[in-house]
Amino acid sequence: MRRLFLIAVPYLWLLALFLIPFVIVLKIALSDTALAIPPYMPTLDFAGGWQAIKDFFSALDMENFVFLTEDDLYWKSYLSSLQIAAVSTVLTLLVGYPLAYGMAMAPDEWRPTLMMLMILPFWTSFLIRVYSWMGILSNEGFLNQFLLWTGLISEPLIILNTNSAVYIGIVYTYLPFMVLPIYSALEKLDGSLLEAAEDLGCSRLTAFWLVTIPLSKSGIIAGSFLVFIPALGEFVIPSLLGGSGTLMIGKVLWEEFFSNRDWPVASAVAVVLLLILIIPIILFQRNEQKEREKNQ
Amino acid sequence: MRRFTWFNATALTFGFVFLYLPMIILVIYSFNASKLVTVWAGFSTKWYAELFQNDAFLDAAWVTLQVGVASSTLATILGTMAAYVLVRAGRFHGRTLFSGMIYAPLVMPEVITGLSLLLLFIGIGLDRGIFTIILAHTTFSMCYVSVVVSSRLVSFDQSLEEAALDLGCSPFESFRLVTLPIIAPAVISGWLLAFTLSLDDLVIASFTSGPSATTLPIKIFSAVRLGVSPEINALSTLMIGIVAIGVISASIVSKRAAVKQRQDEQAADRS
Amino acid sequence: MEQTEFAPWNDPTATPLIQFKGVTKRFGDFTAIDNLSQDIFECEFFALLGPSGCGKTTMMRMLAGFDQPTEGQILIAGQDMAGIPPNERAVNMMFQSYALFPHLSIFDNIAFGLKRMKMPSAQLNERVQEMLRLTRLERFAKRKPHQISGGQRQRVALARSLARAPKLLLLDEPLGALDKKLREETQFELMDIQEKTGTTFVIVTHDQEEAMTVSSRVAVMDEGRIMQVATPANIYEEPDSVYVADFIGNVNIIQGKASKTGDDGYDIHWADGYAPIQAKTSRQLDEGQTAFVALRPEKITVSRDKPTDAGNMIKGEIVDIAYLGNMSTYHVKIPGGLVIKAQSANTRRLSRRAFTWEDEVWLSWTLTAGSVLSE
Repeated sequence: MRRLFLIAVPYLWLLALFLIPFVIVLKIALSDTALAIPPYMPTLDFAGGWQAIKDFFSALDMENFVFLTEDDLYWKSYLSSLQIAAVSTVLTLLVGYPLAYGMAMAPDEWRPTLMMLMILPFWTSFLIRVYSWMGILSNEGFLNQFLLWTGLISEPLIILNTNSAVYIGIVYTYLPFMVLPIYSALEKLDGSLLEAAEDLGCSRLTAFWLVTIPLSKSGIIAGSFLVFIPALGEFVIPSLLGGSGTLMIGKVLWEEFFSNRDWPVASAVAVVLLLILIIPIILFQRNEQKEREKNQ
Repeated sequence: MRRFTWFNATALTFGFVFLYLPMIILVIYSFNASKLVTVWAGFSTKWYAELFQNDAFLDAAWVTLQVGVASSTLATILGTMAAYVLVRAGRFHGRTLFSGMIYAPLVMPEVITGLSLLLLFIGIGLDRGIFTIILAHTTFSMCYVSVVVSSRLVSFDQSLEEAALDLGCSPFESFRLVTLPIIAPAVISGWLLAFTLSLDDLVIASFTSGPSATTLPIKIFSAVRLGVSPEINALSTLMIGIVAIGVISASIVSKRAAVKQRQDEQAADRS
Repeated sequence: MEQTEFAPWNDPTATPLIQFKGVTKRFGDFTAIDNLSQDIFECEFFALLGPSGCGKTTMMRMLAGFDQPTEGQILIAGQDMAGIPPNERAVNMMFQSYALFPHLSIFDNIAFGLKRMKMPSAQLNERVQEMLRLTRLERFAKRKPHQISGGQRQRVALARSLARAPKLLLLDEPLGALDKKLREETQFELMDIQEKTGTTFVIVTHDQEEAMTVSSRVAVMDEGRIMQVATPANIYEEPDSVYVADFIGNVNIIQGKASKTGDDGYDIHWADGYAPIQAKTSRQLDEGQTAFVALRPEKITVSRDKPTDAGNMIKGEIVDIAYLGNMSTYHVKIPGGLVIKAQSANTRRLSRRAFTWEDEVWLSWTLTAGSVLSE
């Protein structure tokens, strides 16, 4: 009996506040805009009886989804988001792997301190960390000042409000999410495997490529998903660091909702984004499940 | 045998410089007497003074704190229950859906969760305000808490719970007197994680808040959309400072505890 | 002075403390306990002995209340334990891993069960002190489990499980983690404490020496069934199956066909052309039935010259000698290829030993030295 209660409480909470909202999003995506509060119709009126419910379902249509395919903005944004998220993930991996590797190879006494240094940015406000780049990448920002002062450039580089700033922003803010899983996988690596590889004729570099990297695969996969999936729907970074030319679907959704007040279209955008994400999310969960079972 | 090469040292140095330089620059600029980022006009704390006189910011901070404490506490309770279910409850109908719902929010883009929650609140006629933000934050935070707590529970020695039952505890007493004190560090980090996520959340709060409830991140965002602001620099420095003190002290405390534990064990073997 | 032997299982008027009645336990497809019935009496030190997977731990967990039988009944002091949770039974358990609460001091660990009983604090303090004295842990009361050694932790686990003065104490491989010397000392301590407190102990172990040392009766288990229950002496001297004979100590098993020679005498024809083994047994065997003679190594005499008055004798060749300090085990190959182990004390110095490798020797034993088994 007690077990039932223990399961039921979090279960019901999540059903009510996580799952059901998604159903509602789907419903709104199939509705029309209305100059009303709430700004969509039809609304489901239970009091109207069975006829009202039938009317409700007949008024739903795929109009919004069709609209998404007609207007260039949307599919371009989806594509652009996929591209930006993918490139950022790769960049984060390139920056994050050596960092994780350095931490894993460091002497034991240093580990707690290094871990603390890696975790501190993670606990610091995301918004602030993105904001900090505004002051660095702007035309009068720190980076341009420094480069002009050293004479490396003669004109300020335009970085802020371009896609490049978005890449930098994503790599910077999501770095701990890539480093920590890779570090955790590398830490478990048995040093004697590398010694065995070298004993059998590998150079240090080959041993790294043939032994270390494959064995840290689970960390690489976990880290990549932890960057790619949220980055796809990012809003804050493209909003603050990107320009009007930066097309990311999170920004499009926000603007559709808050600026255009077109809730049905915003919902349709969300539904499509979710469909795009389902496969990566399932893959991520499968990977996590496999890891958990391996460790038990 | 680990070899700490020059490559490793360089990677570490560059990596951490990359991570910390922006924040250090921010801190330095917060003391810049000039409003303009480019010109250094001397050391000044006037932006801090202006910050503390800005009522709108102070109100938003208060709202943010309330939401943070309330949602983290609720999330910790729900998340710990969920962790228990995931680790101990074995198979039951709908278990796949349950674990899917626990892990999905960890990677779900915030715009989607925010939008869906807002539509829910409107659909059931709930007025948006502090309460709705708390509901929203609790929902995604509990998933993070459950990940932290369940990873601790997995390595928890069940024979301790059995011993407690054997000595006369009811199942709930066994949780309260034996399990909880021992997993407390994980539960506390879960709470802190939930608190940090709540304090930092912009997107979901924007969707689910109402005219009466503005949180600090919302205020910060609307200020910085227009560009760099020295008051925000000051606010950011304060927040970085608080987090830094917290993380460093926690690190020192846990290091001391680990050293003492090792010393005790060595002494015991000798006695 | 004649001591009355403690043997309530032979007393028809005695009521058992624990009764297993047709108990079966299944985990999915796997049957861990198969239709098991057994009585255990008060003040017994009862050992469940067997290899891993034989079901002994499952039996213990069902007594403690952590598992429920799939079929059958378990009664403790006449009360059916079906549906009664562990915290409501007058049973306590000493865990294999000790399961000491790491966040509580030794004192609080021992007091834990007493607090659940809502014992008044003066009485509680006294009881804990008594337990500390009993296990010689007074000095360590304020320490935490990680601040004491492995042997001390074992004693805390014992003290904690005895604090509530349970009717029944279950011990799950309690001495497994201790080194040999400590284990031997602790075995005698356990027996002392059991007698002093008058508690019924049920111990689960895979170490047969341990079971033989401490227990009043041993139950040898295999694959969910009890093969034999008897006192250590009887289990050793009168095993009733080859499995039990082989499990306990060392034994030689010689297979042959039985033919009756007298009231309780049988000839076991084990090889053509050689004199049959003569043995006495109360077991009833059919003519020509396959029988096994179980012979303990120490009951076999090794001699260079042919013995004149032994009941049985066989000639063989020494193929191996295992020197154990106080004893030597001679591996003697007899006709047919079987190697018999014969053990005798090293009464003479090694250099003066009578036999060496490849010597031809005579093995001899009496008519009653071996057990005749049918399975």
